[in-house]
Amino acid sequence: MQLSTKHLLGIKDLLPSDIALIVQTAQQFKEVLQRPIKKVPSLRDVTIVNLFYENSTRTRISFELAEKRLSADTINFTTSSSSVSKGETLLDTVNNILSMKVDMVVMRHSASGAPHFLAQHIPAAIINAGDGINEHPTQALLDAFSIQEKLGTLKGKKIVLVGDIMHSRVALSNIYLLKKMGAEVMVAGPPTLIPKYITEALDVKVEYNLKKALQWCDVANVLRIQLERQNQVLFSSLREYNLAYGVSKKLLDSLGKEIVIMHPGPINRGVEIDSDVADGNQSIILNQVENGVAVRMAVLYLLSGRGN
Amino acid sequence: MKVILDKPQLNISLLRLAHQLLENIDDLAQVVFIGLQPRGIFVSNKIVEIIKQLSPKQKIQYGILDITFYRDDVRDELHTASKTDIPFTIEGKKVILIDDVLYTGRTIRAALDALQDFGRPQKVELCVLVDRRFNRELPIQPDYCGKAIDSIISQKVKVNWDKEEVVLY
Repeated sequence: MQLSTKHLLGIKDLLPSDIALIVQTAQQFKEVLQRPIKKVPSLRDVTIVNLFYENSTRTRISFELAEKRLSADTINFTTSSSSVSKGETLLDTVNNILSMKVDMVVMRHSASGAPHFLAQHIPAAIINAGDGINEHPTQALLDAFSIQEKLGTLKGKKIVLVGDIMHSRVALSNIYLLKKMGAEVMVAGPPTLIPKYITEALDVKVEYNLKKALQWCDVANVLRIQLERQNQVLFSSLREYNLAYGVSKKLLDSLGKEIVIMHPGPINRGVEIDSDVADGNQSIILNQVENGVAVRMAVLYLLSGRGN
Repeated sequence: MKVILDKPQLNISLLRLAHQLLENIDDLAQVVFIGLQPRGIFVSNKIVEIIKQLSPKQKIQYGILDITFYRDDVRDELHTASKTDIPFTIEGKKVILIDDVLYTGRTIRAALDALQDFGRPQKVELCVLVDRRFNRELPIQPDYCGKAIDSIISQKVKVNWDKEEVVLY
């Protein structure tokens, strides 16, 4: 019993059996997190470095908690307080850290493909915590875990990803994962934020009308507008975006059915999602965050046993 | 292949173990039964079932424990984790661990570690269906034992629940 891969660089490289194993293992870790002492000794001989070349709240805390719950030793690294500002290259930085006997690397980087580059040059197991606009595999895994927990299965379920598909690594990882597990996937948003030929490339449905998309789906995963990655004007104003593509209570009530609302965070309240929806009873946003720790524990546990 | 316990013998052993356990229990409310995943729960299900029949008015506290994340061989091989379900506190209780075959003692070592994370029991006892008594690698002995056997490391002991028999091969 083990994963088919040594690293977790993206969902693209995983087999459906890998995804099922991670989700199944995460279920057991979720139970561990309910115990009086929420900690197991599995990774006490493992040292992990969290390399965050890009800002993060949830993912970094979630990984760090997961590592501590597994009894691993952890080191945190952020670019602002490191020698990266003095001009050290990524490979030099990582090789220096690894020479201090570090076993696993969790990395977030603003350049797509940065973890794939590292994987070719270093022996340690690498977990991608988000690379540019490419993938964010642990987010997709925790989304899948949360959907499965809520609806029982992914197979045959209809999931719509709403919003900034173009700049979202969460969207790409989710599409790969949901397709592999037999779900139906639709993307919805303004034409300027949906890549051309996405239907041909990834076999997903496209819908520009939010209400129609929500009427079709069982689950709506609402994505953040990634202003920091947009270097041109792709819609006229945040207010206009909210009017056309913001998920509001009124819109949800008009559907005549109950759908599950998800959001990977951080939320821009009043832009892609209104507060009463984000905090409402159809929302599983905080469950996603809770499940994130269990899913990351599963990934770290399953990747830690290799190479010895 | 040699049959160690056939179906009638197996049922007699389970009945005896249940009676022996009850003999040493003053207050069932202060006792919790915990079966070890994956295979120990077949034994614990049977024993707890018999104890329920013998004390029909009492509430029996019965949980299952998976020790995968506490194993000492995670670097050699990863095992699939099974479900843990202990929906009560073990703090101050007498815990009776139940497993099918006691061999090296490493599973029980891991189980003792895992139990610590659920609280501090007043006492822990071990009940096994089969004790491979000369193969221990740790100083662990059963308090209740269905059958003690002498075997060598290359042999395997399997409880076949379809046929309800225990075999050595």
